[in-house]
Amino acid sequence: MPSLKDLKNRIGSVKNTRKITKAMQMVSAAKLRRAQDAAEAARPYAERMTAVMAGLAASVGTSNNAPRLLAGSGADKVHLMVIMTSERGLCGGFNTTIVRLARAKIAELTAAGKTVKILTVGKKGREQMRREYGHLFVGHVDLTEVKRVGYANARDIARDIVARFDAGECDVVTLYYNRFQSVISQIPTAQQVIPAKFEGAAPVAASYDYEPSEDQILADLLPRAVATQVFTALLENAASEQGARMSAMDNATRNAGDMINKMTIVYNRSRQAAITKELIEIISGAEAL
Amino acid sequence: MAGTLQFDLVSPERRLASMAAVEVQIPGAEGDLTAMEGHAPVLVGLRPGILRASGAQGASAYVVTGGFAEISAAGVSVLAELAVPLAEATAEMVDKLLAEATKAPTDAASKDAADKTVADLTALKAALAAH
Repeated sequence: MPSLKDLKNRIGSVKNTRKITKAMQMVSAAKLRRAQDAAEAARPYAERMTAVMAGLAASVGTSNNAPRLLAGSGADKVHLMVIMTSERGLCGGFNTTIVRLARAKIAELTAAGKTVKILTVGKKGREQMRREYGHLFVGHVDLTEVKRVGYANARDIARDIVARFDAGECDVVTLYYNRFQSVISQIPTAQQVIPAKFEGAAPVAASYDYEPSEDQILADLLPRAVATQVFTALLENAASEQGARMSAMDNATRNAGDMINKMTIVYNRSRQAAITKELIEIISGAEAL
Repeated sequence: MAGTLQFDLVSPERRLASMAAVEVQIPGAEGDLTAMEGHAPVLVGLRPGILRASGAQGASAYVVTGGFAEISAAGVSVLAELAVPLAEATAEMVDKLLAEATKAPTDAASKDAADKTVADLTALKAALAAH
């Protein structure tokens, strides 16, 4: 049975924890709004880009000399998985859900006899996967110092991916990230970027003239399309991370409140018991005289 | 009075302009062109340069690089990898792009393209200095 003093200290420390989690929740809420705005601002570009690419891909993609980024390398032996997670912890199941999806995919691919390579973005996922899949790592992108992901970050990652593809290091590239749906729900998503797929986009009318030629524009735009997809994924991930952290911290704050209530009851009971005990001692002492 | 067309300029990070314009001058990969209402639909690759739009609310100019413009009878949407209002553009910015373009590994096929980019950027720098 902890003493009154111990209980009081414990309540005090839980109260401090609650203050911290509450503050983190509010910071995340503010950051979430900013991340959502950024994702919103990037949407028109990504949508137009996908629509145009879908149109171009539909008209050029069938020919024999289609760019390799679109047609693929002709094999699907080596898969590069780009696993995007957060740089910081305390965000609930955010990283675990991505890693779980990636793990399932790795198991599936290895069972099918494919080679898997992993490029990690964000150190939390890397930490989770290091022990099991450390030998598959081929690179890491550190965004610790980046306060707000910009297009430049995405472009660097995309360049890295395209360079690896051009060098024949991989045949298929897939991004793993959390798509933001709401504060309480983020959907782990796998998105194939090479060979490029433009599903679900309404292609623009095919009656365009092209300047320079169609395939030249396509060749120029494909690396940009990869960068755009990476950028969208980074932004979605950033919003999801803040959303996940917000709900995790909300839960933590509520749990701390419950804990404080329970401990306060125990504290009051034992204080009452101590008083009663003292009274009994005094009364029985007086009676004995 | 000429009719207007819808002009949109978006970069990956934000939408820079969305307005009704009378004419839009675009630095196309194979030369400048001006789009007005009723233009034939065309997809144009961009070269680094200055894009100008003029409309009822006055004229505006932007420095754009990389991307494409989609022109149809009713509007122009420009998707540029980098786009900044002309007033905010600096020579340092172009210098940075130049440095990037010159150091890029150039195999035989991409050599011409890289040379062209460098030439375009140099021209853009001169235009900025004159501005």
